[in-house]
Amino acid sequence: MAYSFRFGVIEANLDNFLQGLLLGLALAFAAILIGTLIGLLCAFATTAKSRAPSRLVGIYVSAIRNTPLLVIVLFVYFALPQLGIRLGKLESFIFSLAIYSGAYLTEVFRAGLAGVPKGVVDAGRAIGLNGLQRALYVIMPIMWRNCLPALGTTFISLFKDTSLAAVIAVPELTYQARKLNTETFRVAEAWATASLLYLSTCLLIAAGLRQLERRFPKF
Amino acid sequence: MEQFLHELWIARWPLAQGLLLTVEISVASITCGTIIGLFGGIGLTYGKWFLRWPIRVLVDCIRGIPVLVLILASFYLLTFAGINLTAIESGLLALSIFCGAHMGEIIRGALQSIPPGQIDAARAIGLTFPRILAYVLLPQAMRQIMPVWINTGAELVKASTLLSVIGTGELLFRTQEIIGRNFMTLEFYGLCGILYFLVNSMIERFGKFAGQRFALQ
Repeated sequence: MAYSFRFGVIEANLDNFLQGLLLGLALAFAAILIGTLIGLLCAFATTAKSRAPSRLVGIYVSAIRNTPLLVIVLFVYFALPQLGIRLGKLESFIFSLAIYSGAYLTEVFRAGLAGVPKGVVDAGRAIGLNGLQRALYVIMPIMWRNCLPALGTTFISLFKDTSLAAVIAVPELTYQARKLNTETFRVAEAWATASLLYLSTCLLIAAGLRQLERRFPKF
Repeated sequence: MEQFLHELWIARWPLAQGLLLTVEISVASITCGTIIGLFGGIGLTYGKWFLRWPIRVLVDCIRGIPVLVLILASFYLLTFAGINLTAIESGLLALSIFCGAHMGEIIRGALQSIPPGQIDAARAIGLTFPRILAYVLLPQAMRQIMPVWINTGAELVKASTLLSVIGTGELLFRTQEIIGRNFMTLEFYGLCGILYFLVNSMIERFGKFAGQRFALQ
């Protein structure tokens, strides 16, 4: 079948595509911010002396990790209003992605905490720092550095997961590509552009992360 | 509650069919993906540069594109290229390619961790390269990737939900159809999530068991 490429349509809609890309990045960024808070809380909760918090965290992590993100997104957007919790498209997607990433980040931070040498924590105790001070000034700086690579890959995969927002009609990149596809039937151009934008953004983020890791040498 | 049970009874067959199709899609795509990944991984580890570089580029490209975009692209693009596939087939193709790229990386990692002295030893006793692969390298690599491989299965069950977007009648799509009829969003999306959770935690359990059973000492 003869198919002639015409990239004029893409040029005319390039603004939409770029806005979609930025929206995707913003969604991923918002989600990882909230997810980091959840992850930190959960990871520190597992270090508590009593067993109850770590069991609760375990349930949360395995429940989220074993449920598809699309089901979580649809549940939050369509089912929660039945319970009287009404969120907008953007808010509900950020919320879903945040609790989703929170579970993965809990694991990341837990591994990061396990990598903090015990002697350093004891040293903190010896100079009279209390629990909160030790967490803030001794454990966290080392933990951040340990977690940096895993945080970076999580961010990249969250960015790719923002494509699911298209399903609840959030106008991000995949949504724009699909719209252009159905409106103009420039199928190949639309998907090639979307793929290329996703790919180059992921590669750029990965390159930036490598620089960041070099800037902060390992403890 | 009574109404939910009533609706559930009406919807039992579509749900069962959806679950079955989800499992079938996952099994089929992990099978194809593993075969692709096997060739890819071997090519990445032992190929000459003219083989290694194209595979490297391809794998990195596929890993940098969201699965949903892969699925939509294969669904819409192939028709325009004159290849008519059903929604299930084009979804399967996308999932297999996605799985193949990830398996390629995993298998490369496993193969590279085998001490190169073993290849020299195998050569010394006169084995050809295919035989070295079959008798020396792959048995060890396969044991090593077993837990990761089973986790990839759980990943694919989750990714198969994306096929509902192109209208494949797997579990999520069936759930959406049922909700379209009775509007019980909370109950049926909840049920759908629980079903996925059960399937995936079974796979996870099995993965832990296999990890202990097949671990290399």
